[in-house]
Amino acid sequence: MQHVPKLYKLTETNISRVHHGFIFVKNLSKKEPSFILATDVGSTTTKARFFGKVGNEWKFLSSGEAPTTVEKPVEDVTMGIRNAVREVEELTGHQIIDYSSRELKFIMPYQGGKKGIDVYVSTSSAGGGLQMLVEGVVKTITAESAQRAALGAGAIVMDVLSVDDERDTYEKINTLRFLRPDIVLLAGGVDGGTKTHVLEMAEILAMAKPRPRFEIEFLLPVVYAGNKDAREEVKKILEENFDVRITENLRPAIETERVEPARDAILQLFMEHVMAHAPGYEKLKKLVSTSIMPTPAGEGMMVRKFSELKCVNSIGVGLGGATTNVYSCFDGRFLRTVSANLGMSYSIGNVLKEADVENAKRWVPFAVSAEEVMSIVYNKMIRPTTIPMALEDLVIEHALARESIKMAFNHHKYLARELKGLKKERTISDIFEEVKAEETYLDLFRINYIIGTGGLLSRAPRRSQSMMILMDAFQPVGFTSLVQDSVFMMPHLGVLSTIHPEIALEIFEKECLIYLGTVVAGAGRSKVGSEAAKITVEYNGGRKETLTLQFGKIIRLEIPHETEVKVTVSPTRDFNFGAGFGRSVSKTVRGGVVGVVFDGRGRPVYVPEDDKERFGMLLDWYASMNLYPKEKIEEWRSHL
Amino acid sequence: MKASKESFAYTPGLRVTPYTYVRRLRSLPLKGEILVNKGEHVNFDTVVARCCLEGMPHIVKVAELLNIDTEETMRYLLKKKGEPVKKGEPIAKYRALFGLVNKTVVSEVDGVVENINEITGHVTIREPSKFLELTAYIKGKVDEVIPNEAVVIGTYGAFIQGIIGFAGENFGELRVAVSNPQEVLDASMIAESDAGKVIVGGSLVTYEALERARKVKVKGIVAGGAKMEDLEKILKTRIGVAITGRENLEFTLILTEGFGKLPMSETAFQILKENEGRTAAVNGATQVRAGVLRPEIIIPLEKSGRRQEKEELGEGKMKVGSIVRIIRFPYFGAIGKVVELPIELNKIETESYVRVVKVELANGQVVTVPRANVEIIAE
Repeated sequence: MQHVPKLYKLTETNISRVHHGFIFVKNLSKKEPSFILATDVGSTTTKARFFGKVGNEWKFLSSGEAPTTVEKPVEDVTMGIRNAVREVEELTGHQIIDYSSRELKFIMPYQGGKKGIDVYVSTSSAGGGLQMLVEGVVKTITAESAQRAALGAGAIVMDVLSVDDERDTYEKINTLRFLRPDIVLLAGGVDGGTKTHVLEMAEILAMAKPRPRFEIEFLLPVVYAGNKDAREEVKKILEENFDVRITENLRPAIETERVEPARDAILQLFMEHVMAHAPGYEKLKKLVSTSIMPTPAGEGMMVRKFSELKCVNSIGVGLGGATTNVYSCFDGRFLRTVSANLGMSYSIGNVLKEADVENAKRWVPFAVSAEEVMSIVYNKMIRPTTIPMALEDLVIEHALARESIKMAFNHHKYLARELKGLKKERTISDIFEEVKAEETYLDLFRINYIIGTGGLLSRAPRRSQSMMILMDAFQPVGFTSLVQDSVFMMPHLGVLSTIHPEIALEIFEKECLIYLGTVVAGAGRSKVGSEAAKITVEYNGGRKETLTLQFGKIIRLEIPHETEVKVTVSPTRDFNFGAGFGRSVSKTVRGGVVGVVFDGRGRPVYVPEDDKERFGMLLDWYASMNLYPKEKIEEWRSHL
Repeated sequence: MKASKESFAYTPGLRVTPYTYVRRLRSLPLKGEILVNKGEHVNFDTVVARCCLEGMPHIVKVAELLNIDTEETMRYLLKKKGEPVKKGEPIAKYRALFGLVNKTVVSEVDGVVENINEITGHVTIREPSKFLELTAYIKGKVDEVIPNEAVVIGTYGAFIQGIIGFAGENFGELRVAVSNPQEVLDASMIAESDAGKVIVGGSLVTYEALERARKVKVKGIVAGGAKMEDLEKILKTRIGVAITGRENLEFTLILTEGFGKLPMSETAFQILKENEGRTAAVNGATQVRAGVLRPEIIIPLEKSGRRQEKEELGEGKMKVGSIVRIIRFPYFGAIGKVVELPIELNKIETESYVRVVKVELANGQVVTVPRANVEIIAE
C-alpha cells in the first residue's frame, strides 16, 4: 500500500528553518527542552547519546558506551545504562545521574549550568529483541503479509507456518511445541472467504500449545489478523490457553494488504509483556519520557523520514550485534526486515556458517587460514563485547560485515515483492499452485541513497571502510549516494521523533548524517584491464576531467559533499550504468567525506579465485579507497 | 594525559573459585510433583522432581479422508471426545450404496480423543503423557522447595565457569591428565580406566582425544581450548550462535578459554588439580545472550572453615592494581596488573579511538589494550 507522508500546514510562525531541502517545523505546543539523553540498549552494547541546545542549534554533545548488562553478575539493564551515562558525565562534566538514589535515577528537569536533563528516551534490542512466530494460510499470500507485519514491528521471525509450507501437520506441531516465542501472529483468509484453513492453523496452534519465553503461568499472546468471519471460532479454539487479541484482517481482500493494525497490536503487546520480563526493564520503563521502542523500529523510522523528506528511493541497513536489519523505501513503499542470527557479535559465528569461510576470505587481502578466521570469529562470538586491536583482526570483521549485509539484503529482497495472488477471483485453496517466484520490486538502478548504521559501521576507524562495506554488500548500480550514521544515533533519534520530531530531524540532518559520497557503477562483465567506460567530470567553473575506467578497477575522486559535479559516463557495450548497455548517461552528483567513486568491478563484483591475483586486486581497490594505512597496504603487498 | 584511579569496566562474570556456596535451581518445565523435602541430603542422581509432559497430538483429517462434508463428520465418528483409542482402531467409518462403498479411518497411535472440530472435520488424538524426571545434578542439601515447580539444591564446593561448553549435565570422578595448563590433551592420555570420569586437559584437546573420550565413555572433558574444525567433526555440525547444551555428544565438553590452543587459566587448573579424585558435576549448556548461561564445573566439598569467596565480583569496578586477563588477540590469555586508566579516548592499531587500560604483564612489559578486551579476575 502506498504510504502518504504526513502533511503539515506551513505558516511563517511554525517554520523553524529550511536546510538542505529539509523543512523544520516547530512544535508550538510543547516547551522546548534544553538537554536530551537517549540510550539504545543493544544486544551487546548500551549506547548513550547526549544532545543539547547550543545557542539556537541542537548539537550532539557526547556519547558513552558500556556493555549491556543482562548477564551475570549484573542482570539489570539499568546498570549498563548507568555505566554508559557515567562515561558521558566523565567526558562532558555534565551531571545527569542522581547519585543520591541507589536505583538509577536521572536529574530531571534541567537544573541550570551543567546539571540535569529534560528528556530521556530509549530503544532496546536486548533480551533477544521481540521474537515472533507467524502463521498464515498460503505461504506467499497471507503468511508473507503476516511476516511483513511482524517484521514491520521490528520482530525477529522465528518461523513461518502455513497450510502449504510442505511440512506435515505433525511436523508443524512438533516445531511449535519447542518454540518459545513472545507473540504469535495468526492470519489467513480474506474477509468473507473460506474459514476452514485459518481455523486449521488455529487448531494446530491450540494442540501444540507453545509456551512463552518468560514464565510458566503467563498466557502466550496471539494476535489474530485473519478473516473477520472466523474471529469467534478462532477465539473459541484458542482462548483457553492463549491471550487472544483481535485486529483487522491484514489481507482483507486478495489485492489489499493492511499490516498497520496488526503491527500496532504487536508493538502494544511488546510493551506490555516482553519488555516487562527482560531484566531491569520495569525500572527502565519508569525512567523514560516516552515508551521504549524496539531498536529496528527506531532505526526504520529515520530511514523512512529521510526518504519521505527528500522524496527519494533509499535502502537502509542496521548492522547490529545479534541481527542485521534492512529497510527500504521504494516508490513510497516502506519495508523493514530483521534477519535474526546475522550480526557482528553474538551472531558472527552464524554469519561465517551461512556465508562459508571461503566467501568471507575473498575480501581479505592477505593470506589467512580458515582456522585463523574461525578462531577470530568464534572467540568474538563467545566474548561479544571485545573489539579488534590488530588491523588484520579488523579486516576480517569487516569481511564478515559484507557477508552479513549481503545475506540480510537477500532476505529483504525476498519480501520486497509484489502482492501475490492478484487477479484471481477464486477461493484461496485454488491459488495454491499458481504462485511463482517473482523478482523483487527493488530496482537498484533506481535507488538514490544507501544509508548505513549500527555499531560496526559507525565505529569503523575510516569512513571509507564503511563506504566500501556498503558498496561490496549491496553492489549498487547506476548513481547511488552513500550515507552513514555518524556515531550510531538513528534508533535514538527515531524514538525521540515520537515526542520531539523537529529536534530529532534537526539533529538527524546536521549531526547524524555523514555523506560518504556517490558511487557510480555499471552492471556487466569484461576482461580484467579492458575499458569499461569513458568518464567526464565537469566541475563548476568549467574545469573538466576525463577518465578511463577499466574493468576490475576503482577510481576515487576526492570531491566533498558541498561540491556538485556533472558526471557523464559513456560505457562500452558490455556495461550498463543506468541508460542501457553501451549507452551514455549524465547526472549531477555530490561527493562526500570519501568522494565520488567510479566502480569498474562489474556486477556481481568480480573477485578472482586465485589467491595472488585476488590479493593484488583487493590491495589496488583498498589503496584507491584509502581504506587502510599506506604502510600496511605496502606490507601486505610485499608478501605477494 | 588525564587518568582515573578507578573506572567501571564490565566483566563477563566468569567465576573461578576454590570454595564457595553454590545453589542450583532445579526447575520443572511445567507444574508437577516435588519428591524431596527441605533439608534433605541428595546425591548427584537423586530424582528430586517430576512432571507429566503432555503427549504429542495427532490431528486426523477425518472429513477429508472420508471425502465427506465437514459438517457431516459427527455422523460417521465411532469415538466420542475423551474416549481412549488404540493404534489401528477405527475412529470413523463411512458406508454408502448398501455397503458397496466402505471407508474407515483408523488411529495411527495409542491415545485419547481430545477434540472433535465440526467446522474443520478434524479429530485430535493425544498420545499418553510421559513423566519427566529431574535429578539433583549436584550432591548437597535441599535448601528450598517451591511447591509444584522447583527445588534449590545447595552445597559448599569449588566452582569454575567455562566460556563455552557442549552437551548437558553429567557427573564423574575428576582426573587431571596433563601436568600443566599449557600441555595438550591427546588421545594417548585417555585410558580405558577413564570410563565414567571427568578428564582435565591443558591448552587444547585434540580431535583424536575427543574421539577416544567417546569410545572410552568418559563423562566429561575440561580443557582450555579446542579447534573449531575438530569440534565440527565431533559434533557433526557447525555452530552458528553460542547457544549450546543439546548437542548429540556422549560426554560433556567444557572449554575454559575459547577456540584454539589456549592455556587454561592457572587458577582454574590449580583448583581442578587440588580436587583430583573427587566427584564433579559438569554442565556444558551455554547461552551467550540475554539471561546468559556459562558452562560449569561444580565440585561439592564438605563445609570447612576455609574462607569463602564472595558470591559475585560486583559490577566490575576496575582500579589501578586490579588483576585482569586480556581476552583478545594479540595478548589473548595474558594476565597482568592495571597500571593506568586514561580517561581520554586513545588511538589503537586499527586507528579506532577507544577507552583503554594500561596493563603490566608478568614479564614487566606494559601494554595498552581496549578496556572492552579485559576481564577482571581480582580486585
